[in-house]
Amino acid sequence: MSVNGSRVVSVGHYQPEKILTNDDLAKMVDTNDEWIVSRVGIKERRIAAEGQKVADLAIEAARQALENGGFTAADIDMVIVATVSAKDLCPNTACRVSDALGIGAPAAIDINTACSGFEYALAQADMAIRTGATRRALVIGAECLSAVTDWEDRSSCVLFGDGAGAVVVEGTDDPELAISPVLWGSEPSMSDVIRIEEDVPFIKQAGQTVFRWATTQLAPLIEQVAERAGLKVNELAAFVPHQANLRIIQGIAKRLDFNDDCVVAEDIVYSGNTSAASVPLALSKLVQSGKVASGAPILLFGFGGGLTYAGQVIRCP
Amino acid sequence: MALSRDEIREGMSDILEEVAGVNPDDVADEKSFTDDLDVDSLAMVEVVVAAEEKFGVKIPDDQVANLKTVGDAVSYIEKG
Repeated sequence: MSVNGSRVVSVGHYQPEKILTNDDLAKMVDTNDEWIVSRVGIKERRIAAEGQKVADLAIEAARQALENGGFTAADIDMVIVATVSAKDLCPNTACRVSDALGIGAPAAIDINTACSGFEYALAQADMAIRTGATRRALVIGAECLSAVTDWEDRSSCVLFGDGAGAVVVEGTDDPELAISPVLWGSEPSMSDVIRIEEDVPFIKQAGQTVFRWATTQLAPLIEQVAERAGLKVNELAAFVPHQANLRIIQGIAKRLDFNDDCVVAEDIVYSGNTSAASVPLALSKLVQSGKVASGAPILLFGFGGGLTYAGQVIRCP
Repeated sequence: MALSRDEIREGMSDILEEVAGVNPDDVADEKSFTDDLDVDSLAMVEVVVAAEEKFGVKIPDDQVANLKTVGDAVSYIEKG
C-alpha cells in the first residue's frame, strides 16, 4: 500500500571511544591547536579502534536508532548505508548491518555520493516508502575516514574523523510531517577537486576550490530546498549541513536569512569531518539535546566529493 | 571610467578589514597577504570572492596563488 509521504521517527548515533585532540596531532605532524582551531574550527575527533570497520560503527548507530524508536529488527524492511570509506566491496555494509541486527530480508543497499550520501539515501528511502515498496527503512551514514587519511599530510589529517548516525523512516499521510521532495544534483566537471583514488588511497582535496564552491554556490541551493518544503529559510528551526569545516558552515550560514532562534549544527568542533556520517551524527545529537521541538522543521544539506549535493527538510521526531 | 591604483588599493583595504580583520594602516603594495597581513589560504578565497563582486573581475583559483602581495592583486584588478 502506498502512502503520501514518509517521516523520520527516530535517530541514533555512535562514535568510537578514542579521542584524538589537536595536541595529539601536534605530536604527529607540524601543527598546533591554535592553527587548527582558527583554520577549520575542530578541537577533537574520534578514531576507530584497531580492527573496527565502517560496518561496526553503522551497526551501533542503527541499534541506537531502533532502540530510541522502540523498534525491533522485525519492523525494518529496508537498510540503506551511505559511506565513502567502506573497504570491503562485498558484501555491502547494509547486509553486514542487517545480519548483525537480525533484520530478516530487507532491501539492502550501499550508496556512495561521498559527503552528501546520507541525504541521497534518505531520499531513496522516502521514495521507496511512498511507492509502497518499503514499509519502514533504516538509513545510516557511517565512515572510517581515519583509514583513508594521509597521517603525514598536515593540511588534511587534522580534518577527518570516524563515526556513524542513523534514522528510522516510516510512512505518513500527514503532509505536515512528511520529508520534503529532495533537491539533489552534482557538479561532475569538478570531479577532480576531492579524491580518494586507487593509486593514492587517501583523501586529497583542492581546499581553496572546495571552500569557494561551498561558500558561494550552495546558499541558493539551500534556499531551494526550503522552497520545495513550502518554507522560507527564516521559518526553519534548525539547519544541519555537512560538517566539512566550521568556516564553511559559518560562511554558508552568513549568506542565508535564518531567524535568530534557528540552531545551526556545529558538531564538527568535537567530531571533525565524518563525510556521509556527519549530518545524521549531528542530527542525532541535536534531537537528543532537546533544543528543537517535535514537529519543527530541520533542513539537512550534504555536499562534497563528486562534487555532489542533496538536501531536504524533515520534521523533528 | 577605470579605477586608479589608489582607488583599487583602498577598495582592497576595505575588503581586507571586513573579511580578515586587517588594519587598513598596514595595507601597502609590498605587503604579503600571508606573511605580513596574516591572511590564511581560506581567508584569501574570501578576499578574492569579495574583490570579484566589488570590482567586477574574474579571479580563477589557479591565479590566486600568484597574488602574493597587495600590489599583485591591485595590478591584476587594474588589468581587469
